[in-house]
Amino acid sequence: MNMRRTKDLLMKLTSTLITLIMAVPLLWIILDVIIKGASALSLDFIISLPAPFGEVGGGIGNAILGTLIINAMACVIGLPLGIATGIYLSEYSNGSKISALLRTAIDTLSGIPSIILGLFAFSLIVIRVGHYTALAAAFALSIIMIPVVSKATEEGMKTVSVDIREGAIALGLPKWVITIKIVLGIAKSSVITSSLLAFARISGETAPLLFTSLFSYYWPRGLNEPMASLQVLIYNYAMSGFESWVVKAWGASLLLMLLVLSINILVRRFSTKVG
Amino acid sequence: MKYKSNFFFEKIFKTILKITSLIVIGIFILLFYSLVERSIPSLFQNGLEILFGTSWDPNFEIFGGAPAILGTLFSSAIALIFALPISLCIAIFYTEYGPVRLRPFISGIMDLLAAIPSVIYGIWGLWTLSPILKINFQEPIIASIGFIPIFSGPAYGLSIFLASLILTIMITPIISSISIDIFSKTPMHLREGMFALGATKWEVIKNVVFPFAKRGVFAATILGLGRALGETMAVTMVIGNSYLWPFKSVSLFASASTITSKIASEFPESVVNLIHNSSLISLALILLIISISINFVAEIISKKSVGG
Amino acid sequence: MSSNKLKVEDLSAWFYEKQVLNRVSLEFPDKKVIAIIGPSGCGKTTFIRCLNRMHELTPGARVRGRVVLDGKDIYTEMDAMEVRRKIGMVFQKPNPFPNMSIYDNVVAGLKLMGIRDKALLDKVVESKLREVGLWDEVSDDLRRSGAQLSGGQQQRLCIARALATEPEVLLMDEPTSSLDPSSTAKIESLVRVLKNHATVIIITHNVQQAARVSDYTAFLYLGDLIEFGETKKIFESPKNPLTEKYVTGRFG
Repeated sequence: MNMRRTKDLLMKLTSTLITLIMAVPLLWIILDVIIKGASALSLDFIISLPAPFGEVGGGIGNAILGTLIINAMACVIGLPLGIATGIYLSEYSNGSKISALLRTAIDTLSGIPSIILGLFAFSLIVIRVGHYTALAAAFALSIIMIPVVSKATEEGMKTVSVDIREGAIALGLPKWVITIKIVLGIAKSSVITSSLLAFARISGETAPLLFTSLFSYYWPRGLNEPMASLQVLIYNYAMSGFESWVVKAWGASLLLMLLVLSINILVRRFSTKVG
Repeated sequence: MKYKSNFFFEKIFKTILKITSLIVIGIFILLFYSLVERSIPSLFQNGLEILFGTSWDPNFEIFGGAPAILGTLFSSAIALIFALPISLCIAIFYTEYGPVRLRPFISGIMDLLAAIPSVIYGIWGLWTLSPILKINFQEPIIASIGFIPIFSGPAYGLSIFLASLILTIMITPIISSISIDIFSKTPMHLREGMFALGATKWEVIKNVVFPFAKRGVFAATILGLGRALGETMAVTMVIGNSYLWPFKSVSLFASASTITSKIASEFPESVVNLIHNSSLISLALILLIISISINFVAEIISKKSVGG
Repeated sequence: MSSNKLKVEDLSAWFYEKQVLNRVSLEFPDKKVIAIIGPSGCGKTTFIRCLNRMHELTPGARVRGRVVLDGKDIYTEMDAMEVRRKIGMVFQKPNPFPNMSIYDNVVAGLKLMGIRDKALLDKVVESKLREVGLWDEVSDDLRRSGAQLSGGQQQRLCIARALATEPEVLLMDEPTSSLDPSSTAKIESLVRVLKNHATVIIITHNVQQAARVSDYTAFLYLGDLIEFGETKKIFESPKNPLTEKYVTGRFG
C-alpha cells in the first residue's frame, strides 16, 4: 500500500513540476522579446523606411504596412472561400461527390506545411508573372485561412438545432434566407472567432512569404510587386548578424508578437469556444 | 411572382456555393499538379539520388537529399520523444492532480505558446537560447562524455539538438491541448468504478484514463509530428544549415539541415538554376507526401476513436 | 439489534453552497440488508457516497459529521483508498472496464493490491463469478471484454468485482434501475445471499424492491432522515405520516 501511495505522490509531483516548467519558455520568450525589442521602438522606427546599409536610424514602416496589406488581400481571398465552403458543407452538401472531394481537400490543406503553400504560389504565380509579387503571398496565406474558417463555419452552423430550422421553415422562408439570416446568424460568433484566429495565424507565417513577396526596402508601390513584411524582415535581419539589424529584428518581433498575442487573448476572453 | 424570384435566388445562392467549392477543390488539385510539374526536371536528372544521395552541390549539379530528409525525420522524432511525455504530464496535471482554479492558466499558457509565430521562436533560439546552451550545456557535456560519438564536439550552438528542443516547445501545446480534451472525456462512471475498488489517482489514470484516451493521444501525437516535420522558420534559424549531419558527424551538437531549412535558405539563390530550383521543390514534394500520409493515418485513427 | 458495523453520526453534506444532507445519524447492523428509499433528489446517492468517501471526488463537495467503521472514523482515522477497499460499491449503471477482460475485471481490485498469484486469482474469479451466478454463462471465454456482456450480466460482473476484495460493507446505488425484470430478479436474490458475507446497503427508488430484499429500511426526504427501522415495521406501521405516504405510493 505504501508503494502505491508513493507512486501516486511521485506522479503528482512530476506532473506538477513539468507543467510549471512549460511556463518557463513562454515567459522567457515574451520577456526576452519585450526587453530586447523595446530598445528599438520609437515613432521613427514605426513610420520610416529602413536606412541604407551602413547608416544609423531608419525604421520598418514599410514592413508593417506590407504585412497589413498582404494580410488584407489574403482575407479578401480566404474569408469568402472559407465561409462559403463551410456553408456548402453544412447546408447543401447532401453527400454529393463534390462535397466529399471538398472535405478531403479542406482536411488535407489544413495539414500541409505552410512552406509548401509558398512553393505552390511560387510555381503557380511567381514563375508565370516573372517576378516576386505580394499577390502570390496573399494567395499562399489565403490557403492557410480557408480550412480554419471553413471548418469553424461548418461546425458552428451544424450546432443550430432542427427546432430552430423547422421554426424558420414554418414561417415560409426559402432555404437560402434561412441559411444566411438564421443559421449563419447563429453561427456568426464562430465565424468571427475563427476569422480572427486565422488572421493572427497568417500574421506570423513567414515561410510562404519567402518565395512570393520576398522583401523590399521601399514603400509598397503596387500590389503586384515585391513587398516588405514584418515576418521576412525579422528573418533577414536576425540572420544577418549585424548588431544594428538584429536590434531592429527584435523590435519587429515585439510588434508582431503584440499583434498576434493580443488577437489571441481577445478571442479567448470574448468567446467560450476557441476553434 | 414571389415564388419565382425565390426560386431564382435559391438557384444563384447554390451556384455561388458550388463555384467556391470547385475553386477550393481546384486549388487543391493544382497544388499537387504544380509541385509535381516543377519537380520533374530534378526527378529526371537526379533520379533516386534525391532520396539517397548524401551530398549537395549546386555548382556540380549534385543533389542528394538524404541528410535533409534524415534531419527532418530525426529532429521531429526527438521532439516527439520529449513532447509526448511532457504533454501527458500536463494533461494529467490539468485533469487529475491540479487544482481546478489553475486550469485557465494552463490552457492559456498552451494557447499562447501555440500562437507565438515560428519566426519569433527562431530569433529567440538563435540569439538567446543558443549561446546559453552552447556554454552551459553542450560544452560541459562534450568535455565529459564527448568520446561518445553522438555527444562529440565541437559544440555548434546552432545544432540539430537545438532544433529538436525548440520543436519540442512548439509541438507540446498541440499534443497537450488535445490530450487534455480527451482525458476530460473519460466517462465518470469508469473512473468511479476504479476509485470504488480503492485505487489511487495514478492507478485510475493508468487503468482507466490511459486506455480510454490511447487512440486519441496517438492521433494528437501524429498531428504534432506533422507540425514538426513541416516547421520551417524556427528550424532554419537554429539548425545551422550545414550538411555535416549525419554522414560527416553523428553528433547531436553538429549543425545540420532539414528539408524545410534547405528550401528556406537556398530557394532565393536557386531561381537562376532550373535543376537546383527543381531539386528543392522535389524535396518539398517528398515532405508533402510524408506529411499527408501521416495526417491520413491520424485521421483514420481519430475517426475510430469516436466509437471506442 | 445485533452488533453495529457502520455508524453514521450527524452527517451533513454540501455541493458548493447547497446542502444535500442534513445531520443524518443512524447505525447499520452487521450482516443485514439495509434499503435506503426516498423520492429522487432526497440525497440517497450523496448519502451512500459519503460512506465510502466517493462524495469528495465531486468538485465542490463538502462533508461534516462522522462515519465510523468498526470503531474507526473513516474520515480522520482511515485513508480514502483503505475505506473504499473495505466498503465496496456497485453503481447505478453497470461500469465494467471496457479495456479489461471479464477475468481482469473481477480481479481488478486484487491486482491493485499487488496480488499476482495466478492460482489464487483463478480461484477468486471462479468463486466470485459463481456467487453472482455468472460462471456458467461466461466460463467458456473469460478473456472476452466485459463490455460485450448484456446489461444484467455486466451488473453481476460489477458485483463480482466489488466482492473480490472481500469488502465488509457493500454499497449498491440502484443497481437494477437500468435492467430488465428478469435481470432484476436475479440481482435481488443475489442481494439476499450477499448478507452472509457483508453488510449490504442498497438504494432503491422502488419501494417494493426495498420490501422484498431488505431487513431494515431508511427513508430519506429532502436531505433529512425521516425514519429508520426494521423493514417490516416501516412498511406495516410507519411512525411518520410522510413515510406512510411514500411507502404506499401516494407521493413521488
